[in-house]
Amino acid sequence: MADRITNILVVGIGGQGVMTATEILAEAAISLGHDVKKTEVAGMAQRGGVVSSHLRFGKKVLSPQIAPGEADLIVGFESAEALRWSHYLKPGGLVLMNTARLVPPVVSGGLYPYPDDPVAEIRARGLEVHAFDAMAIAKQLGDARLGNSVMLGAIADYLPFSAEVLLEFILKRFAERKPEMVEPNRRAFAAGRDAVAALAKSGKATA
Amino acid sequence: MAASQAAPAAARLLLSGNEAIARAVWECGVRVASAYPGTPSTEMLENLSKYPDIYAEWSVNEKVSLEVAIGASMAGSRAFCAMKHVGLNVAADALMTLTLTGAAGGLVIAVADDVGISSSQNEQDSRYWARFAHLPMLEPADSQEAYDMVRAAYELSEEFQTAVLLRLTTRICHVKGMVTAGAREAHPSKGFVKDPTRWVMVPGHAKARIPLMFAREEKLRAEAEASKLNLVAAGADRRVGFISCGPAWMHVQEAFPDAPALKLGFSYPTPLEKIRAFAKTVDQVLVVEELEPLLEMEMKAAGIACHGKDFLPRAGELPPEVLKPAVARLLGGGPAPAAVTADPALVFPRPPTMCVACPHLGIYYTLAQMKNVTIAGDIGCYTLGAGHPWNALDSTISMGASMGVAMGLDKGRADSDKDRKIIAVIGDSTFMHMGMQGLLDITYNRGNVTVLILDNRTTGMTGGQDSPGTGRDIYGDPAPRVDFVKICEALGVKPERIRKVDPYQLPVLFKALREETKIPEPSVIITDRPCALIGEFKAQPSYKVIAEKCTGCGNCIDVGCPAISVSRRETAVKASGKEVLLQFVDIDTAACTGCGLCVQPCAPEAIVLAAPVHTIHFTKS
Repeated sequence: MADRITNILVVGIGGQGVMTATEILAEAAISLGHDVKKTEVAGMAQRGGVVSSHLRFGKKVLSPQIAPGEADLIVGFESAEALRWSHYLKPGGLVLMNTARLVPPVVSGGLYPYPDDPVAEIRARGLEVHAFDAMAIAKQLGDARLGNSVMLGAIADYLPFSAEVLLEFILKRFAERKPEMVEPNRRAFAAGRDAVAALAKSGKATA
Repeated sequence: MAASQAAPAAARLLLSGNEAIARAVWECGVRVASAYPGTPSTEMLENLSKYPDIYAEWSVNEKVSLEVAIGASMAGSRAFCAMKHVGLNVAADALMTLTLTGAAGGLVIAVADDVGISSSQNEQDSRYWARFAHLPMLEPADSQEAYDMVRAAYELSEEFQTAVLLRLTTRICHVKGMVTAGAREAHPSKGFVKDPTRWVMVPGHAKARIPLMFAREEKLRAEAEASKLNLVAAGADRRVGFISCGPAWMHVQEAFPDAPALKLGFSYPTPLEKIRAFAKTVDQVLVVEELEPLLEMEMKAAGIACHGKDFLPRAGELPPEVLKPAVARLLGGGPAPAAVTADPALVFPRPPTMCVACPHLGIYYTLAQMKNVTIAGDIGCYTLGAGHPWNALDSTISMGASMGVAMGLDKGRADSDKDRKIIAVIGDSTFMHMGMQGLLDITYNRGNVTVLILDNRTTGMTGGQDSPGTGRDIYGDPAPRVDFVKICEALGVKPERIRKVDPYQLPVLFKALREETKIPEPSVIITDRPCALIGEFKAQPSYKVIAEKCTGCGNCIDVGCPAISVSRRETAVKASGKEVLLQFVDIDTAACTGCGLCVQPCAPEAIVLAAPVHTIHFTKS
């Protein structure tokens, strides 16, 4: 195992499952013998605020925080949040993001604008982006709550371990708590993985 | 039982600092643990309540929780008490005498500073308490250290017969890291030993204990000088040597792996000789301590040259991206290397909002409509009433402060404010914590204040803990539920000045507030609806907007429900020639839980049930 530390920043808003997604990624990394640290800048996240969850793993992790410019991968559960945190990406890193837009009351109420095209703004910073509508895929599969597994499927081929390991830990969680949700989540994972594979193949940034 | 409770000895677990501490407290044979919930400390007691063979309680406030722990220690049992930084302010009265009595059974007080202020009313450095109270302090830098230091703290506590402070920060409490668990050791109670000269702190006894306290501090200083918790990490680059403690230690290690560094895990009494010896091995010393320059001042007073807050910020955390440019400046190398990426994108703020169907929505909607009022707020979810779109609160100071502040606003009012209505807003758990005394002050001194007690039957902001107002204890077992009406009566509010109101009934709430604020004597309005996130909340059929009927008046937006959004804006010109902004709305029916608050101010009746209500027909088969 290389000494290099892998930095994954998962961002979104309270209630989207950001922290759970990071927790599952952490479990997968631990199963492969990595040292792991995971930290959130959550504020009062339960109330629809910004959530950024830092996951670092490797041989020995010291600081739990990813510094700006040092994330290998940014996983954006929401469009504007992916843009907000995009300066954390390191050169050559990848932003994988949901194009869903969750508009807070301060925007809906007209106090601030929502960015017109967050994907284009991130690309304009010279960063590589794969963007797709995870919410639409989840709804097609019959349940918006599958969005979390769609997102994890989307990043599965960009991790320093195999997609199967990650899938195993997602399904384990459901097998323990909601066995009837194992198969739908397996399908959601595959759908997210396929969506990003198709994007990468087509060379387009956005689906 | 959760995984961390059931895990066998030697298991490797991914635990937050709070979870690691709970595991270690249980393993140390602690018999009594107490706390009042407060971010970031809450999960310590939440976790402890899931372990067997230990008594855990939500105390009514931090002072009581410390007193419970002191009593358990007097009884000869190992005891534990956890609180956030501002909680120790509340508990300080007990703390400052505890340092004279010392501990019998091992006693550890975990205090969690909210460095960076993620969920608090201030930022303060609890390391001062170690100096103020002459108590030893341990400071872990991650979950494994937090676990290890609990064990070290109980050993110290019993060897030196003193309470030990375990200083945490948000970046310890809420960071998850790998921890190797151990097994529980039994520490049966040694029994209470009657000794008034030790436990009864009248002046004569207290005077005799003061020299003992100072003698203990000197012995602890020697212990800190020799402690393995204070260690040097070797490094070849001797241009700057670092001295650090708490989570900042990890940032120093991350940013400067080749520099010599001294870590203070046993940080008070300050091991000045160890520091002096370390300083001699490097060209110059930079003290990397979050918040106040305590080590820096002590070192300078001892004649040890160092840098600290002349290069580092006094507020917030000290992650590598803060440390690296500071050290570049210290070394005189000009500005730090430019960041590899651009500045952060300018994106709208996303402040926390109240929840869909939160019973506080109707209260703040109503308060925002009232004219000529000053509203003293308090600490909880309902502090969000200070934000958009209500902008309803005029103060937030400390737990329970709405009462006293309202009293002062009444008594200190200017002649020009003689008709101003003074309102205090406080939640159920905060009222139990420290609000009752303030209300007693209002009745005793005949203040003209209307008090709103927002009883949502939980401690919402910290994640829904129980309190004397919920009828359940920390285990979820039935407990006597406080009767807020009777308490207010007992505190001297006239029975006819106490009302219970449904906060979903806007006209009733408005009428109650208008009437009670007109009457120049203490009055209490208790709103009675459960928090939308707890089991007692029952979702109702959801609503939708009939787009053709919406006139864009925007009244429903003022409720502040996050399920309502503006779908379209238009400027219209009134008959008077005045321009008005019309905001047409939509309701996220999937999120709506049918509280009906937005329906009430909607004049054109554009908000209707999303699905027709089904009537059940019984047919013979």
